[in-house]
Amino acid sequence: MPNNVVMPQMGESVTEGTITKWLRKVGEPVGRDEPLFEISTDKVDAEIPSPAAGILSQILVKEDQTVPVNTVVAVIDDQGAAVAAPAGGAEEKTPAPQAAPTAAPPPSPAAATNVAAAAEGSSAPATSEDARSSPLVRRIAEEHHVDLTQVHGTGLGGRISKKDILDYVEQRQSAAANRTALAVQPPPSPPPAAVEPAAAHSTSTAPTQVVSMTPMRRQIAEHMVASKRTSAHVYTVFEVEMSKVVEARERQRDEFERRNGFKLTYTPFFVRAAVEAIKQLPVINSSVEGTNIIYKRDVNVGIAVALETGLIVPVVKRADEKNFLGVARAVQDLAERARNKRLNVDDVQGGTFTITNPGSFGGLFGLPIINQPQVAILGVGAIEKRPVVRNDAIAIRSMVYLSLSYDHRVIDGAVAERFLGRIKQTLEDWDEPVL
Amino acid sequence: MRECYGELETQPTPVSSMTCQVERLGVIDYAEGLCLQRERVAARKAGAIPDSLLLLEHPHVYTLGRNAKQENLLVSREQLAARGAQVFEIDRGGDVTYHGPGQLVGYPVINLAQHRRDIAWYMRCLEEVLMGVAREYDIQAERVAGASGVWVGNDKLAAMGVHISRWVTSHGFAFNVNTDLGYFDWIIPCGLRDKGVTSLQKLLGRPIAMDEVVTKVVHQFGRVFKLEMVEADSWVH
Repeated sequence: MPNNVVMPQMGESVTEGTITKWLRKVGEPVGRDEPLFEISTDKVDAEIPSPAAGILSQILVKEDQTVPVNTVVAVIDDQGAAVAAPAGGAEEKTPAPQAAPTAAPPPSPAAATNVAAAAEGSSAPATSEDARSSPLVRRIAEEHHVDLTQVHGTGLGGRISKKDILDYVEQRQSAAANRTALAVQPPPSPPPAAVEPAAAHSTSTAPTQVVSMTPMRRQIAEHMVASKRTSAHVYTVFEVEMSKVVEARERQRDEFERRNGFKLTYTPFFVRAAVEAIKQLPVINSSVEGTNIIYKRDVNVGIAVALETGLIVPVVKRADEKNFLGVARAVQDLAERARNKRLNVDDVQGGTFTITNPGSFGGLFGLPIINQPQVAILGVGAIEKRPVVRNDAIAIRSMVYLSLSYDHRVIDGAVAERFLGRIKQTLEDWDEPVL
Repeated sequence: MRECYGELETQPTPVSSMTCQVERLGVIDYAEGLCLQRERVAARKAGAIPDSLLLLEHPHVYTLGRNAKQENLLVSREQLAARGAQVFEIDRGGDVTYHGPGQLVGYPVINLAQHRRDIAWYMRCLEEVLMGVAREYDIQAERVAGASGVWVGNDKLAAMGVHISRWVTSHGFAFNVNTDLGYFDWIIPCGLRDKGVTSLQKLLGRPIAMDEVVTKVVHQFGRVFKLEMVEADSWVH
């Protein structure tokens, strides 16, 4: 069924628009809501999404032409449906395609390549793959027993890059590992589980949007799953009264900011308390290598910082050698540079323990995943006033839940409890000067 | 600098469509600014962040919008590069313009679907924000029909160029605060031959503290778009 695409009304007083660019050619497929063309009016450029999925069969208004709002600018045909007779006013010299059943796409080279690339699972002979892969890619494919017809190429005309093949191999391996929980060599032909998602994706008609992960997202995903596979996660949660800390901060926040030029936050309090507890229980500051426990001399505390599109953990190096102000300054510096994307590689490496803050949107506590190769992570919940029992009366106190996720391979429950108990004690009896 | 730890005794602020997070970014490379905008736009489309206003300055750079005509660049790119200025071609409306130190650049990333689906309304609002700031300095700035931007007499005080994708805005305005106006001599700004450029500094006869202008812009932006402006830097998991 043909769908008319019209010049959209971009505002009450906006009566016309100029097409500046067509993002699809006649004969190319377009998905619903995918950008189809760009228009401009006075100082504003806008991308206009396609109102329907199908093949762009006619472009009626050329680039740089200005037309009134609601003018039909293009026609999109549902795939498989017969195409309307070409309108006399069609501007493109490409003939409107004849009836275009799914199996026989219009003879535009671009469309043909797209369809070829999308036809995953087709049994094209290996030689035809030569055109869309390099010798290096074919060698990697041979080494890993990959059928290149199964690999989606992201390059020009569906060409398979080295990254495509490596991603495919990695995806197949982790899928295999998930299924068997064993590190086995991938079988010579792609296991069904790796093919299914691709097949489901290409045939599904449910309205979905496929967005490839950013490199940061992929890294987080791999890191988190690897941690769950590596460590025997156990969790414990303490409730800690924050009255003294809150009081210390409230009393000195103005003076602190005046002297140091930045705000006094709660982060350095938690870092200091954790460092003191680590000094008592050094196994918290260790990692596991094979059957050895590696105790780290320096205490380098990572602070999880959420970014709009991910998460980064800058590290306060040698936190054990810093006093309160030193920790506060380091935290401030890292936070600021994390926000401005000015962190160096060195700033996010070498952590031996991590603190995260699952409470910043009101969560009581979280049970975070250990940041490998570390063996414990402290989760700080929201600090809030709660009714608590003191001397058999109900009192209002600032409280917080602290959670510890720890690796039971090296840390036993009693040690974890002592560690959190020590942090609790430091915070509840806070007496360290902050200025 | 504000961390969530510092705010936890009070109710956490929910991500509401009626707040706008303000990011004061200082001096940012043009390319990095583009990258930040792309991230914010993607996050805004996904509903992961509220409306945002990025405020910053760029090092010397000339940018050519989608409709830019090469003849409006009066010297070659090589000559501009020799003067320490970069040249970028970008996906906003408008012709050629200049950004540099002393010019306040604002990149609002807002979802017009939650305000008004009207680009003309949006442009007039941006103008109103900057005219409001000018008023605070007793400067009578105005609009010129058919030439988006904020004008004082025949001179442009603030330029605008906007890109919209799924009603989410990017790019925005460039407000001459203490801009070295000499850099405009190398171009025909926005392709308008018979107009000049001016700055707050030129109009008032003294340099104006950028922080002060930023604060006024944030205030006016909140007023015009009816948004609660919050400084955006939180530590969350």
